[in-house]
Amino acid sequence: MHFTSFQEDGKMTVALTGEIDHHCAKNYIQAIAAKIEAYTPQLCVLDFSEVSFVDSSGIAVVINALRNMTQIEGKLVLTGIGSQPMRVFRASGIDKLVEIKEAVS
Amino acid sequence: MKFDNYMILEFPSKSANEAFARSAVACFAAQMDPTLDELGDIRTAVSEAVTNCIVHAYPNSMGTITLRCRILKDNVLDIVIKDKGVGIPDLELARRPAYTTGGADRSGMGFTIMESFMTSLEVSSELGKGTTVHMRRRIRQRQ
Repeated sequence: MHFTSFQEDGKMTVALTGEIDHHCAKNYIQAIAAKIEAYTPQLCVLDFSEVSFVDSSGIAVVINALRNMTQIEGKLVLTGIGSQPMRVFRASGIDKLVEIKEAVS
Repeated sequence: MKFDNYMILEFPSKSANEAFARSAVACFAAQMDPTLDELGDIRTAVSEAVTNCIVHAYPNSMGTITLRCRILKDNVLDIVIKDKGVGIPDLELARRPAYTTGGADRSGMGFTIMESFMTSLEVSSELGKGTTVHMRRRIRQRQ
């Protein structure tokens, strides 16, 4: 698992990388929750530009981040989603729960 | 049944093998000349099935997962993923979208994704004996 995050004017961007499966999902879930708790941003952007693969574990990562942001009355946005992750998010209906911006395809 | 090619893998239920299994199947399927989307769908479905073995079939122990791939006529990829784990008590419930016994880090969407990404999906399970997931995906032949 590798990710970077930055924070500016209440907006926190978390850039995820690589392949998100059950092997690393728990670490991502905990790390994102810790960031949200520490910075309480109004807007959290999960950037998937460098993510080449997700399975249903990636859905759990998004749902947990959504839950964390809802608890602090903030908003979650997904961005930079490539073709394979988009197919998984559409099949699960997550694209109807969370705003998706600037999908790659 | 007639087949053109096959491969069989056996590996322990370590989560590091999720990436290995989906990559191995994708490499094998590459000879069928799939599109990137078709390959992505196959990798995702294999990842779901193998993850189920690791999380649910062998919850507190290490067990063996067997994966067999065949290329059938008409460019159909046939995949069987088998474990000798605890089995699924209620298959209908397990296949229901968003149902999981796996806790907050699981989404319960594994079977839903396998169903929507593959041409067919069959699951058989016996308590204490294990579970077999049999799925097929037709690869469109390009002109």
